[in-house]
Amino acid sequence: MAEATVSCGASTQPGWRLPALLAFVLVAAVVISLGFGAYPMSFGDSMHALWRALWPWAGGAPTTGAEIREWTVVTVIRPPRILVATFSGIALGLTGTALQGMMRNPLVGPDLVGVSSGAAFGGVLALIMNWPVAAVVACATVGGVGAMLCTLALARLVSARNDGVALILAGFFVGAFFLAGVGLLKSLPLEFSWKLPGIVYWLLGSFRGADPVKVWVIAVPTVVGFALLMGLRWRLNLLSLGDVDAASLGVDVRWLRWAIIAIVSVMVAAQVAVSGVVGWVGLIIPHCARMLVGPDHRRLIPASALLGGLYVLALDNLTRTVTGGEIPVGVLSAFFGTPMLCFLFWKTQTKGWNE
Amino acid sequence: MVTNAISMNNVSATTLRRLVPFALTLGLLAAIVASLCIGAYPMSFWRAADIVGHLALPWALPEDLPWPAKEVAVVQVLRLPRVLLAVFVGIALGISGTALQGMMRNPLVGPDLVGVSSGAACGYVLGVLFDCPPGVCVAVAFFGGMTAMGCAYGLAKLARGAEGIGLIIAGIFIGAFCMACVGLAQFLANDGQLQNMVFWLMGSLTRAKPNTVWTLAAPTLVCGSVLMAMRWRLNLLSLGDVDAASLGVPTRLLRFAVVALVSWMVAAQVSVSGIVGWVGLVIPHVARMLVGPDHRRLLPASALLGGLFVLLVDDFTRVALRAEVPIGVLTSLIGTPFLVYLFWKKKTKGWNDG
Amino acid sequence: MTNAATTPTTTVADSAAFSFSGLGHAYLPGQWIFRHYEARAEKGEVFALLGPNGRGKTTLLKILLGVLAPTEGTVRAAGRIAFVPQLFQVSFDYTALDMVLMGRARKVGLFSQPGPGDERAALEALARFGMAHLARRPFHEMSGGQRQLVIFARALVAEADILVLDEPTSALDLKNQATILEWIDRLAREEGLTAVFTTHHPHHALAVADRALLMFGEEDYVCGDADEVLSEENLHRLYGIDMKRLEFEAAGERLATLAPVFGGLNRARVAGRRLSDTL
Repeated sequence: MAEATVSCGASTQPGWRLPALLAFVLVAAVVISLGFGAYPMSFGDSMHALWRALWPWAGGAPTTGAEIREWTVVTVIRPPRILVATFSGIALGLTGTALQGMMRNPLVGPDLVGVSSGAAFGGVLALIMNWPVAAVVACATVGGVGAMLCTLALARLVSARNDGVALILAGFFVGAFFLAGVGLLKSLPLEFSWKLPGIVYWLLGSFRGADPVKVWVIAVPTVVGFALLMGLRWRLNLLSLGDVDAASLGVDVRWLRWAIIAIVSVMVAAQVAVSGVVGWVGLIIPHCARMLVGPDHRRLIPASALLGGLYVLALDNLTRTVTGGEIPVGVLSAFFGTPMLCFLFWKTQTKGWNE
Repeated sequence: MVTNAISMNNVSATTLRRLVPFALTLGLLAAIVASLCIGAYPMSFWRAADIVGHLALPWALPEDLPWPAKEVAVVQVLRLPRVLLAVFVGIALGISGTALQGMMRNPLVGPDLVGVSSGAACGYVLGVLFDCPPGVCVAVAFFGGMTAMGCAYGLAKLARGAEGIGLIIAGIFIGAFCMACVGLAQFLANDGQLQNMVFWLMGSLTRAKPNTVWTLAAPTLVCGSVLMAMRWRLNLLSLGDVDAASLGVPTRLLRFAVVALVSWMVAAQVSVSGIVGWVGLVIPHVARMLVGPDHRRLLPASALLGGLFVLLVDDFTRVALRAEVPIGVLTSLIGTPFLVYLFWKKKTKGWNDG
Repeated sequence: MTNAATTPTTTVADSAAFSFSGLGHAYLPGQWIFRHYEARAEKGEVFALLGPNGRGKTTLLKILLGVLAPTEGTVRAAGRIAFVPQLFQVSFDYTALDMVLMGRARKVGLFSQPGPGDERAALEALARFGMAHLARRPFHEMSGGQRQLVIFARALVAEADILVLDEPTSALDLKNQATILEWIDRLAREEGLTAVFTTHHPHHALAVADRALLMFGEEDYVCGDADEVLSEENLHRLYGIDMKRLEFEAAGERLATLAPVFGGLNRARVAGRRLSDTL
């Protein structure tokens, strides 16, 4: 009798041990990442510089030339990139989980409503116009949110039933249309053709050229979105039952769905704006997180956010240090992601994939 | 009275549907000749028809040409390969899209179902990266496409048997992996190679030559005729595996045959003309609106319609835009809104199964 | 033991339409859905398959259809099998005629199309079910009962000897249930077709089946004359609720049906009186 109540209590209370562990690992990873990079400096030296920067009684800013350079690398040059990578990963993991849960479809990624493609279109447009970095970010965000609005309008126009299929299809179409637009921009006449390598590189996804502005652009939507989705995370469990079931339990399905899509779109638009299209993270991280903490969104949402941050940070560290020419993170991510998803697909024998 | 009127209506509708393939054939032939007259060097329709007629006949041209040799050269060397290439691209894509949509019972499946296009793209891009001559690039692209198909089939089989959703998912994975390789190659390429890759990836008919035409025409004609002969079987496959098997259809074998034939055609198409998106997805829907879902009429209709569509789009870029906008970009820009319109018309009815 | 792929033994001069012996199936090694099942049906008989959800009725049907290979045992089927699925969905709007025509798949060569003869046969089959006027109607616009009849027509065109039906009456209203049951009976008597169907309604089995197989558990089943096998005790064992066999007079004959007791629930209980009081 007692055992039954205990186990019952344990099963309904979300376990915090694993998310807490992940959070700790993520913070540690961020700190450790500050020790890696192109600047020739030992790991111990960089940690020492960091220690002096953070600990007020450690002696403050250095005075000798070499030390000042190391200090600058650790406190000024490396943090923006590491933070952008971490926040991008958090945003992607979070959005992927939210959308997969909401659509009850394990093959849905953050690009569900065409946001990435729209943001890519905006960014490429700004790159072709030779606008400054801030304008690229702004255009990409506008493009992403615009694509989202197109998708929502189209889905509404089409489907009286307001179901998930209409949304997926509308997102597919809108995304394809914007990708065709990207193609059109890329094929514009010769005067722009010297920009092609830059555009292609940006589209492949990379954290190179991160600066404090970009950190804010990605950090604010990610933190706000994280807070909102954490608040809604139990509702996601209800949504994942399906519309009719959720509605019969008193959930305002339509409102909730639009709210989640809006949050997700802003986050993804911000991510594409600062770092280009980084594919596959939002698709795989939810699966990995589900393997770790189970399907309950109360644990899954924080776990996949942290796991996403960890994964993208690790990929970026890899490309910064191991691969000399800075292979775009989007490419690396696809190289790791596809076999992983294949493995999952094979493991689960596609059970529950055909919803 | 009312029922009589309805049945009359039905009869005329079915006769109309029977006429559609003939109308499309005539339309395609006329469009081919018309496309030969337009361009920088204009020519009358009948003159072009005359020249084509003589070129098509087995015996050689007469000694004293009734028209300037320049016109013959324009038609024969400049325009005919490109026009034929456009037509064959359209035919290949129309047939493959229809066959795969029918077989998978899924209206959102296109010819890239098993990752063939992406595999071929990957092969081509690698060829460019290692500075291979164009002919070798085409061969590598073709090989890449067929390899992708083999991998997708193998993966699907490993996971759960190569039917239905398993194959679709495996195709998505293989396609995505190949596109990641394309991204890597683009990253490693120098500026000249990159330009070549990007333009080719978006689909282009600029490199039309007699040998590229043959590279595509031979697989299209062979695989297309085999699929055409089996077209009623596609009706049976579209019933689903258990049901089709209970009617005595060897579903597994037939499915594999259809996928293999389609992949062969699509690999050839991508290797000569790059990725021309949305044709294989949209044309089957249009054809279905014209002649109904019965593949006995649908397959010929979508072949002809595909040829017509790609040809007209290419004419548009050649004549109206006077610029080399990649054809894949245009087909996507036209195809997407059209599919949206269809989607809006049908109110997602029947789109959510499969 | 688990993979005893025994070769089918063809018994000469066996009049059975189908039979299976020592049949067993396990999706996972050692976890038997059923095992050691033996049954047979003569030509022109109607065979009912009953069991609670998840007891393996559909698995047994799939084995009979040849879609699934049994883990052990043998299945013999004399002649062609046609399948009538439970929920029939087609993705494309084929007409009823197109659907029936597909029954000719065995007759039409791989690289050829069905000709006028095939079309005539299909129309005749539709006419047999009184549906000739609906031949050009899209299949998916038809009612559930009409769809079932189109699939029956397809089975006729396929010249099937055995008709396998998966819960043919489950999604239909009472009138259509009656129509389908009548047609199963007529096809068995007039065409000599053997029909195998699964059902959750024992009274449907009692109405048309000659034989019934009740799947109690892994190695526990009973198979035999439907009238005998569908007894109150067996059905109680099968479903875990009480069933009553009611006899009544209709159409000048003495008939029987089966009714569930539903734990004694009955709003129409004759006010305060029990049957024993009236006696």
